[in-house]
Amino acid sequence: MSVDYVLQTTDLVKEFKGFTAVDNVNLNVERGTIHALIGPNGAGKTTVFNLLTKFLIPTTGQILFNGDDITQMRSAEIARKGVIRSFQISAVFPHLTVLENVRIALQRKEGNSFHFWKSDKILNKLDARALELLESVGLQDHANSITVDQPYGRKRALEIATTLALDPELMLLDEPTQGMGHEDVEVVADLIKRVAQDRTILMVEHNLHVVSKLADKITVLQRGAILTEGDYATVSADPRVREAYLGVAEDENDDAGDASEAVEAKETV
Amino acid sequence: MKINKLAIFLIGLGLVAPFALYPVFLMKVMCFALFACAFNLLLGYVGLLSFGHAAFLGTGGYVTGYLMMNTGITPELGILCGTIAAGLLGAVYGKLAVKREGIYFAMVTLALAQLAFFVYLQAPFTGGEDGMQGVPRGMLFGLIDLNDNMNMYYFVFAIFLFGFWLVNRTVHSPFGQILKAIRENEPRAVSLGYNVNDYKWAVFIISAALAGMAGATKTLVFELASLTDAHWHMSGEVVLMTLLGGMGTILGPIVGAASVVGIQNYMSGGELGNYVHIIMGLIFVVCVLAFRNGIVGEIQKVIKRNFN
Repeated sequence: MSVDYVLQTTDLVKEFKGFTAVDNVNLNVERGTIHALIGPNGAGKTTVFNLLTKFLIPTTGQILFNGDDITQMRSAEIARKGVIRSFQISAVFPHLTVLENVRIALQRKEGNSFHFWKSDKILNKLDARALELLESVGLQDHANSITVDQPYGRKRALEIATTLALDPELMLLDEPTQGMGHEDVEVVADLIKRVAQDRTILMVEHNLHVVSKLADKITVLQRGAILTEGDYATVSADPRVREAYLGVAEDENDDAGDASEAVEAKETV
Repeated sequence: MKINKLAIFLIGLGLVAPFALYPVFLMKVMCFALFACAFNLLLGYVGLLSFGHAAFLGTGGYVTGYLMMNTGITPELGILCGTIAAGLLGAVYGKLAVKREGIYFAMVTLALAQLAFFVYLQAPFTGGEDGMQGVPRGMLFGLIDLNDNMNMYYFVFAIFLFGFWLVNRTVHSPFGQILKAIRENEPRAVSLGYNVNDYKWAVFIISAALAGMAGATKTLVFELASLTDAHWHMSGEVVLMTLLGGMGTILGPIVGAASVVGIQNYMSGGELGNYVHIIMGLIFVVCVLAFRNGIVGEIQKVIKRNFN
């Protein structure tokens, strides 16, 4: 193989009490690309995501990061290897300031995170770098505000800044534009495009407009299995995708749609 | 700046207080205040509700009492040993407890504390129901006679200040930042690469050791180590002190401990002595229903609303 894959899965399976949520998924994420994972509700996107980030343990199958087997590693371990995830609901530390949020991420490499006898003033030296990161997402003017008071779009931008602070090799974004107004969607989509320049991104995304704009490669999941793969033009032309994805999206009351939504709800509990 | 002025004022108050109030009462308040501060470090800053902190208070007391009675070591070493013993017990209990969250964490700590209580009830060296009586206060550094209440007072005050400083420092340290992050959003802290259980374990040990230090000091003050300190009632009382004073505030546990000890002392003398548990219960209910932020928390809210 001449192509350089950052992340690969082989025959990934996850069963919940007899129900197969993820069925033999073989995913290959190429270095330096934006890879999108799409599919109707209940297709198993979030489950795949949680498997990749070790919040769930696969029933069978293997996950490789840069060729190393990370299947049995813990979440915090793969994070230190350079795989950083975001969450569907915005993942911030609400009662810390915007600046402190980024500093928490920067602090890890300082190696002083267990030093309870030192003053936290020694963290001030991280401020310059933290501000730089906030500037890159346009939050520099809100650095000293308490995060919980910020509008949703800013929280998402902050989350991205925090993730960037770790300089991840692979960013996993779970529905980065979910719950956003039209304007915020554009801002965040631009932001993702900008930060993707020197790294790899795997994202789960509902918004097809965002996917078409950003993704180099798209994997379509249906009922836990891969339906098809390719760039946006290929995938959107595939009649099976139109039937499975758009069909369900247009007709919310479809029986299959209801059933799979129930499953999705169960997964996220 | 404001904090520093407040600190100087409080230290000054602590220095002159024994001339106005009974020193033994003040020492009791400080021991419980230290205990509550240690507890608050877990509950207020990491969100971990331990229902077994009496085990650490009791362990500190018994270990120090035993060593003071049987080995003739000086009191500062006695307290140090009691603190270390409680810290070691905390390391074992904490390792087990941090694997669980929420109510299960509370139940695991309670169950483990009951194990310790049973040991202290049965073991011959503790004196069982009678407690360990006649623990000598000894000579501080072999020089200063602690049988003098004023000497003892300033020794306890120094210990209290050290403990209080350590809690504060822990909260405002790089370590404390991670603790806050864990309290705020644990999955996110994990995804940023922190092994949150290791942090919870570390802070549990610090909290247990400080609780042990409070117990050790208390044993010297009263020349007695008793089962009361290891009983689960004590674990409940420290929850009350912390909530009443203000969980997650620096001064809250001190105010809470002073209030609870004050009420208990005041009432145990008079006719109301028999009703002390009922009254404490009522205070607890009122606190939880009417001012959930505790005394200090409510005052802070008023200050924030009117002066900022």
